[in-house]
Amino acid sequence: MTDVPQKTATRAAYGKALVRLGEENPDVVVLDADLSKSTKTDGFAKRFPERFFQMGIAEADMMGTAAGLAASGKIPFASTFAIFASGRAFDQVRQTAGYGKLNVKIGASHGGITVGEDGASHQSIEDLALMRVIPGMTVIVPADAIETEQAVFAAACHEGPVYIRTGRSPVPVLFNESYEFEIGKAATVRDGKDVTIIACGIMVSKSLEAAEILAEKGISARVLNMATIKPIHVDAVVKAAKETGAIVTAEEHSIIGGLGSAVCEVTGAMCPVPVERIGIRDVFGQSGTPDELMKEYSLTADDIAQAAVRAIERIGT
Amino acid sequence: MTKEETKELERIAQRIRLGIIRSVSAAGSGHPGGSLSVADIMATLYFKVMRVDPENPKWPDRDKFVMSKGHAAPALYATLAEAGFIPREELLTLRKFGSRLQGHPSMNHVPGVEMSTGSLGQGLSAANGMALAAKLDKRPTRVYVIIGDGEAQEGQVWEASMTSVHQKLDNLMVFLDYNGLQIDGSVVDVKSFTDPAARWRAFGWHVLEIDGHDVQAIHSACEEAKATSGRPTLAVAHTVKGKGVSFMENVADWHGKAPSKEQAEEAIKHIEALLDSAL
Repeated sequence: MTDVPQKTATRAAYGKALVRLGEENPDVVVLDADLSKSTKTDGFAKRFPERFFQMGIAEADMMGTAAGLAASGKIPFASTFAIFASGRAFDQVRQTAGYGKLNVKIGASHGGITVGEDGASHQSIEDLALMRVIPGMTVIVPADAIETEQAVFAAACHEGPVYIRTGRSPVPVLFNESYEFEIGKAATVRDGKDVTIIACGIMVSKSLEAAEILAEKGISARVLNMATIKPIHVDAVVKAAKETGAIVTAEEHSIIGGLGSAVCEVTGAMCPVPVERIGIRDVFGQSGTPDELMKEYSLTADDIAQAAVRAIERIGT
Repeated sequence: MTKEETKELERIAQRIRLGIIRSVSAAGSGHPGGSLSVADIMATLYFKVMRVDPENPKWPDRDKFVMSKGHAAPALYATLAEAGFIPREELLTLRKFGSRLQGHPSMNHVPGVEMSTGSLGQGLSAANGMALAAKLDKRPTRVYVIIGDGEAQEGQVWEASMTSVHQKLDNLMVFLDYNGLQIDGSVVDVKSFTDPAARWRAFGWHVLEIDGHDVQAIHSACEEAKATSGRPTLAVAHTVKGKGVSFMENVADWHGKAPSKEQAEEAIKHIEALLDSAL
């Protein structure tokens, strides 16, 4: 993928992947709730108008319709902002896609705080928790454009409901064509021995920056890209705990219920080690630029690096 | 429809009512009122209108049914039992631990259940998805839905009603079970919901008003829906909650409670007498 610019929003990669997927698989259909220009499903809509369903501003109805399409053998990608996909339509996702074990794929764009200027009403900091708790739901937060494209294809091949969270803002492209995303598998993007930073989404590149900062201090940090929040890669977490003895989790989400919780559930049950969680600390966001908000809510590379130091200090205490 | 066919459908509807009473009574809980009110619609759909095959419940070209008011599960199960999708004796396992017959319909448990329902207001959206898929695949499938009148207080019903029209789903038909009662009392008192026909007409639907206990009228409505192109059809089915069991008729309290053993016996005796008579 030599033509991929250095920074790409994962939502753009989602839209691009859908078009490619649509070429390959005639059963793929896409639904959107009046946000196709933002969720980037407009490319699919243009290319396959007969397989694109504009549902209007009715997310609950969209999820139910997707369930009916899935029950009839289609592979629907129901697309809207993360806040509406997980919050507004929670009951529909739970009752039909979830309980029905239906092959509904939820393309949730504009995840997290970096939605920015729209403010707290549009900043989904609870979606991973909401989706993770639904039995049988797979939850994926890709780190970059390459991984997003692969996650879309992996979701289409996976039998059952999948939630894919993408972001609004451009993020660095971390992977190249040789990268192979697999649902439920963490990828070591940097090896290290003193501490492991487990991150998802845009926090993966922040964690790599944090690892650089730590390296300057003589701390060797491993960075795990935990793109699948559910099912969490238990072995990778246990291995990190055993080999590095301290863990930092980093996510653009509440520290309650998301990646940090999922990691702590594993360490707490299987191999207790100090875990520091980077995430939104049980507050709502506000308007601002993504950078301003990342600083305000302590989601920067510096914050991750400091958390790593704290985690290491706690070893054995 | 011949006189004999009409009588046969009426007999089937009574047997569905027997199944409802027997299953809810054995369960000790459940929703008899709104199950009894749709028995005649269910009999007509499954034994005259819909193309389904109990031997091959996933037959791709089949017609589909969604019980949006999922608490009428006893009516759906009793109908599926009559039609041969599940054994009749299984009805007595309704709501019991380990049974396929969950308190509300579960598509992964029971052959012939096309969509899991129970949280109200969601069935029409799913049915729209099925109708869209049928159109995409150029299948002859027609999709039928029953919505409760109380259920129509859910906003998603109206979101979905807009979708059905926008997508020109003429392979879709809805019956509104207009029995006028919900858990807390009459629908009008709980949240005034008057003239549903006018409401759905304003949304662009082809709307009919029928006696929901008249199998001939139900059948004619289905024929009219089939002949209507370019838009979905909704039949406002005027029904009586608890229909067919005298002490349950038009009593809101029978929305969600099981009859005592004596009450069930009385109801069964009455229905069986009807079946034995010239009906």
